Amino acid sequence: MEGESKFKSLWVLFWTFAKMGVMTFGGGMAMLPILQREVVDNKGWATEEELTDYYAIGQCTPGIIAVNTATFIGQKYGGVAGGIVATLGVVFPSVVIISILAGLISNFADLAWVKNAFAGIQVCVCVLIFNAVVKLLKKSVVDKRTAVIFFLVLAGGIFLKVSPVWFVVGAALAGILLKNLEVRKA
Amino acid sequence: MIYLQLFWEFFKTGLFAVGGGMATLPFLQAIGESTGWYTYTDLMNMLAVSESTPGPIGINMATYVGFTAAGIPGAVVATIGEVTPSIIVILIVAAVLHSFRNNPYVDHAFYGLRPASTGLIGAACAAVVLEVLTSIQLVAQEGGILKTAALTLDAAAPLGGVLNLRGVALAAVLLVLTNWVPKVKGLHPIVFIGLSAVVGVVFGFAGV
Repeated sequence: MEGESKFKSLWVLFWTFAKMGVMTFGGGMAMLPILQREVVDNKGWATEEELTDYYAIGQCTPGIIAVNTATFIGQKYGGVAGGIVATLGVVFPSVVIISILAGLISNFADLAWVKNAFAGIQVCVCVLIFNAVVKLLKKSVVDKRTAVIFFLVLAGGIFLKVSPVWFVVGAALAGILLKNLEVRKA
Repeated sequence: MIYLQLFWEFFKTGLFAVGGGMATLPFLQAIGESTGWYTYTDLMNMLAVSESTPGPIGINMATYVGFTAAGIPGAVVATIGEVTPSIIVILIVAAVLHSFRNNPYVDHAFYGLRPASTGLIGAACAAVVLEVLTSIQLVAQEGGILKTAALTLDAAAPLGGVLNLRGVALAAVLLVLTNWVPKVKGLHPIVFIGLSAVVGVVFGFAGV
């Protein structure tokens, strides 16, 4: 990327992430199906596997998951400037929308149609995240051992109240250990 | 200088809140208490708006709190303050990963990391599904290692039972549409989100 074309690329990055910000209802997890469509399928800026990696790291590093993931993807596409621009893009719609709502409609969340529309959207987000997980499963659970890691972390995530950091660190160590044993056996 | 203070408070929030937007809540509560910019009730209202408007919840919260404290410039400063630590940390992590790209240990770590990441997202998905489609709540025990798996049934739940029947019906239809109906399943996720919003309004999903 050089000169004018670099500027254009950053502009595309900004708008793509701004668009995804508008389409995200909920937290970072709600952004996952949108990222799969826009970043993996449409733009080809990252693979499904890389997205999984970014979510793993994004959950155990400081900050909002959506921002951490945006910075990762932007950095891969356009270096340091790309990381910053992608993040500015993803937060841009929030700043505009919240400023308008906070300034004009103080009881926005109490409006009946807003509550009803959001209750419908929540159901949809459930289904979209479920579909996203199924998609990730195909890329991340590649054998019996990765299936065991998946189910252990899934159960742990539901029933244990511990930081995701422990699961991520534990799984990374397990990966290294399992692969080492494999090499020794061979 | 309120902008400097806003930036600093949100920089700290972005730096110390690990695990996503909801993890920032206790920090935002503390900011409200120490500065008097907003009360706990204000914060809960802001959370409700942040959840029901487009954009990641964590960003919406930062923007809203910043706006409450110092108008539109406050919204911008608070949001930039909150994302700055993320940008710095992730850029460093990305650079480190890049330089260890060909290291087999990193490769092996990701072999274990990917299913774990999917498991964590799956757990978050399960929590959301339970919250939205049922009246079952996994009671979290703050501070303890163990989250008691006690299931509390809300007798006063809409539609009386454990299941949010209208929600389950819509979820079933969406599941079929997004996975098995040719041509429809390839549509952009936002189409289904829009459709669900309309269904929610028409059928009064929130019961109001």
